[in-house]
Amino acid sequence: MTQFELETDELEQVFQKRIDDEQKIEPKDWMPEAYRQNLIRQMSQHAHSEIIGMQPEGNWIGRAPTLRRKMILLAKVQDEGGHGLYLYSATETLGITREEMVAALQSGAAKYASIFNYPSLTWADIGAIGWLVDGAAIVNQISLQRTSYGPYARAMVKICKEESFHQRQGYESLVALAKGSTEQKAMAQDALNRWWWPSLMMFGPHDAESANSARSMRWKIKRKSNDELRQAFVDQTIPQVEFLGLRVPDDDLLWNEERGHYDFGAIDWDEFARVINGNGICNKQRIAHHKKVHEQGSWVREAMRVHMRKVQDRNRIKEAS
Amino acid sequence: MSTQVHTPLYEVFVRSKRGLDHKHVGSLHAEGPEQALEYARDCYTRRSEGVSIWVVKSGDITCSQEEDAASFYDPMEDKPYRHATHYVLPDSIKNM
Repeated sequence: MTQFELETDELEQVFQKRIDDEQKIEPKDWMPEAYRQNLIRQMSQHAHSEIIGMQPEGNWIGRAPTLRRKMILLAKVQDEGGHGLYLYSATETLGITREEMVAALQSGAAKYASIFNYPSLTWADIGAIGWLVDGAAIVNQISLQRTSYGPYARAMVKICKEESFHQRQGYESLVALAKGSTEQKAMAQDALNRWWWPSLMMFGPHDAESANSARSMRWKIKRKSNDELRQAFVDQTIPQVEFLGLRVPDDDLLWNEERGHYDFGAIDWDEFARVINGNGICNKQRIAHHKKVHEQGSWVREAMRVHMRKVQDRNRIKEAS
Repeated sequence: MSTQVHTPLYEVFVRSKRGLDHKHVGSLHAEGPEQALEYARDCYTRRSEGVSIWVVKSGDITCSQEEDAASFYDPMEDKPYRHATHYVLPDSIKNM
């Protein structure tokens, strides 16, 4: 209600002080335009990843080996849709519409996690996605629970709470395969071979090469660097690999006593660039499918609009009489 | 004798601290949203209970009823697999 007349640099100081004091930024607060744009980019990309991520898993709902596995997978994919919704809604508090975000996804202007451009070829891939892909996402999301933008932080708290079953169901299903026949164990190893490196790429470029990292850290949008998060993921996952009796496809992986961390081999950043820029195995299929389903649903949205109009007209007539 | 005009009811939500959700604290009567906001400040934040207030016209809130509970929530009861505790992991596996 009170209007403060402040210059932009004074506003920036107030904003930065708030962040330095570990206060959250809320939707109606003044914020630098670059902060707003940075959040829109990161949060909408996060939302798109939840939605596109439903595709490789949805691919196996009809072919799950048991009814139990099918119900679990259905519940998981349903969660991902819900998580997309939380994130889109939180992003909308920054003054962008859902329609604009969906258009940016479909035109390729907005990205999503590159890992969803890899195909889910066997049933073991579904276990590997839950265990590794959701596992990597959780490491990132736990740190984002402390992000500086209030609506994003609150969405992360909710998502992390719901996500805890995703990783466990994936691992449980791989334990079953690893204890199974020779063929089943080979299938689990094959899935690990194909999903391991893309999972490490999920954390993004090395800190030195990450374009927005330093500013994002100063603004506390990001709380831990890409490399820190990646290391945490490797450290926590290797004992899980060993329990399965499997092996990660990395000859350079070695426990480093001095550092207290695992050392691991070089990531193929050319592959990462190829996939993120649209030339992975499934990029075109993912977007084509999103467009197709979105168009197929347009009659439902239209029907809801018409129905609502009719209800309102009826009520108006009732009130008038 | 039904000509009496009632002042509209507003529901009041207060954010006690940055980073937390707005929480319902009560309601009040007011002629309009601006007035409701001022009343809410006087009624509900006299001891600095909040950093931000929302007021919403009670009539604009659509809510489920306790009697609807069966159709709303019963389907969730037979889905224990939505909970992490449903999955038994080996003791040696931590951090999951």
